[in-house]
Amino acid sequence: MSGRLSTFAAAMVVARRDFGAILFSRSFIFFLIGPLFPLLVGTMASGVGQQVEANAGRATLALAMSPADAAAIRSSAHRLEPQLNGMVPELIVVPPMAGGRLPAPAHVLAHSDGAIGAVLSGTPAHPVLTGPEGLIEAWQGPVGLIAADTLRAAPTGFPPVTLTATKAAPVGDRIGRLRTAQAGQTLLFLLTMLLAGMVLSNLVEEKANKIIEILAAAIPMDAVFLGKLFAMLAVSFVGIAVWGATIGSVLLIGGHSLADFSAPAVGWPTFIALGVLYFAMAYLLLGSVFLTIGSMAATVREVQTLSMPVTMLQLLVFFFSSYTMSTPGSALEQAAVIIPFSSPFAMLARAAQSPDLAQHLAALGWQAVWVILFVRFGAQLFRRRVMKSGPATRRSKRANPQPQPA
Amino acid sequence: MKMELGQWQAAGNVAAPDGHEPVLAIVARGLVKRFDGFTAVDGVDLTVPEGAIYGVLGPNGAGKTTTLRMLLGIIDPDAGYRRILGGEPREVSHLIGYLPEERGLYPAMKAYEAIAFVGALRGLPLAEGRRRGKELLEEYGLGYAMDRQIRQLSKGMAQQVQILSTLVHEPRLVIFDEPFSGLDALNQGKLERMMRGLAERGTTVIFSTHVIAHAERLCDQVAIIAGGRVPFAGPVDVARDRIRPQVRLETRAADGAWRAALPADARHDRRQDGTSFFYFPLPPTGIEPLLRALIEGEAGILSLSIERAGLHDAFVAIAGEVAARALEENPEQEQAR
Repeated sequence: MSGRLSTFAAAMVVARRDFGAILFSRSFIFFLIGPLFPLLVGTMASGVGQQVEANAGRATLALAMSPADAAAIRSSAHRLEPQLNGMVPELIVVPPMAGGRLPAPAHVLAHSDGAIGAVLSGTPAHPVLTGPEGLIEAWQGPVGLIAADTLRAAPTGFPPVTLTATKAAPVGDRIGRLRTAQAGQTLLFLLTMLLAGMVLSNLVEEKANKIIEILAAAIPMDAVFLGKLFAMLAVSFVGIAVWGATIGSVLLIGGHSLADFSAPAVGWPTFIALGVLYFAMAYLLLGSVFLTIGSMAATVREVQTLSMPVTMLQLLVFFFSSYTMSTPGSALEQAAVIIPFSSPFAMLARAAQSPDLAQHLAALGWQAVWVILFVRFGAQLFRRRVMKSGPATRRSKRANPQPQPA
Repeated sequence: MKMELGQWQAAGNVAAPDGHEPVLAIVARGLVKRFDGFTAVDGVDLTVPEGAIYGVLGPNGAGKTTTLRMLLGIIDPDAGYRRILGGEPREVSHLIGYLPEERGLYPAMKAYEAIAFVGALRGLPLAEGRRRGKELLEEYGLGYAMDRQIRQLSKGMAQQVQILSTLVHEPRLVIFDEPFSGLDALNQGKLERMMRGLAERGTTVIFSTHVIAHAERLCDQVAIIAGGRVPFAGPVDVARDRIRPQVRLETRAADGAWRAALPADARHDRRQDGTSFFYFPLPPTGIEPLLRALIEGEAGILSLSIERAGLHDAFVAIAGEVAARALEENPEQEQAR
């Protein structure tokens, strides 16, 4: 004999089944790795491009000087390289022609097949730099320093400079954080839309499998509804973990880090934690709406038709919260914070721009209330609608003989 | 809720064998369900004693599935109340097994896992459900398919797996909605045996059907449902007794004073050998006065039999010709007969 399940326990039975089924389905694997392909290709292309650009930028400077001067220049360049950090071009010595005469710089450039960027001739006291205008202007400074070092007219090295980083100027800081907020909002929006769509397909599939009546008979419809939402939330966390880890690894390999973005006002760890919480709220709100729609639709086509207005509305909400993000504290921004659907987006933007944490507790509480209301309302509607399309009602209209007295 | 024995008997039911008040698995009174202004179920009353095999008999669209869904708490009635195993349907859902009319299991699940999952929904731990699922599959001759995915099974096999999934948590009440449809004759027989076995172990079995033969073979009691109403609910024998038994009389003589003792609506067939057959309902006064008149009138009785009405005749009499025709529309009925 078994014992009766609580709504939560029943929801977990559904969630566990759905989670496993989705996670190990072929479509989920493709869903998971799908976005990574363009990312990997893009990263590889960008890496190759950067390498090409780096190689192209690090052109060679040919030394068309006497062997003694060329050796002195190379020695100084080698010594100064750590201080000049990449500004010193690669140096090669042009061998003298027959008779010991040095070739003219124009001749060297003409016969280098593009491998030589510029030619340094003359003497360290009177160096002459020949080459394309942009390049020789860029090399003018470093070459001057190297020549000065060769002449010992300047200190043999530069004293090490201790670096102390300070925050950027207020204007730059605000713009940077705005960009971080925008990136966070966009990511949140994309993930929410993607997964709310998945929960919808999952429900339609369930109706097609005709399993819904078994679920409805065994456990409260609220539990079915919650179980499906939880399962997809868990699936989404798997997705976020995989995508996050992959993107993070790619960025790290590429020498990038979160430091490339302006740090959000609440700091990265808190921002990420809030991002996850706001994602959960946004997803639960939207997911409950989509699930309710799913309960009313019998086919994928019907789902698409019914969900289109909601998708459009969600786009509007996203644009609204993006628009109001730049004017924190304004009436519009306050409205975006209060309206349940835009609240997670608006609050994530606030997290990027304001260090106040208390407001997030209040916002999460507010959103949680709406999540509960939406889930309950959605579950009620779901319960009322989902079993309506069964055989009983369909047939009632077809054949309905009246009893006759015995 | 417990019903008074008087009420129970007045409703056309019989007392428990020991004379005590019967324990009721289901009590439903005045159930009404409307969909978009259409009344699918209109004041249904049901009383099902525990341990019975109870048939809900009616044509497609009569309101059987809606009634069962209300009993299970899948949908709420617009009016009326129901008590299942002494409680609200949701409170006792772990004691109920249910086979919906529209069969469905997750296609990617293995057979024993599908059974375990339904058990888990009813509160049975998954590990225990898997163990019992395997046992049930073995017991009902499907052990070889336990590791197959549902999508790899034939429709009939998948249906059997689903039937077994309703039993995995050892419910006190099992509700089958059209359990025989989709099964071949062999598996229909197997299911009938299973249902009898359940009832013998004290499990209440309710099933809906539009095939009278199944109800007649299996049921202790039936509810006849048509047009969303239940014109009759009670023991099968009581339903049969709603129409008078038919008398079949064979006489040597074709006419005589004794003919006056026969009902006016008696049907008369005269054979070529001179004998006559008369068919008529048993007179309210019984067979004895008629018999006396036949003997005294020298009718020359060759044979006389009293045939009790079948459930089909009872159904026609109770639910009407239209409902009976709708019941017969489904070719499965003929197959089952």
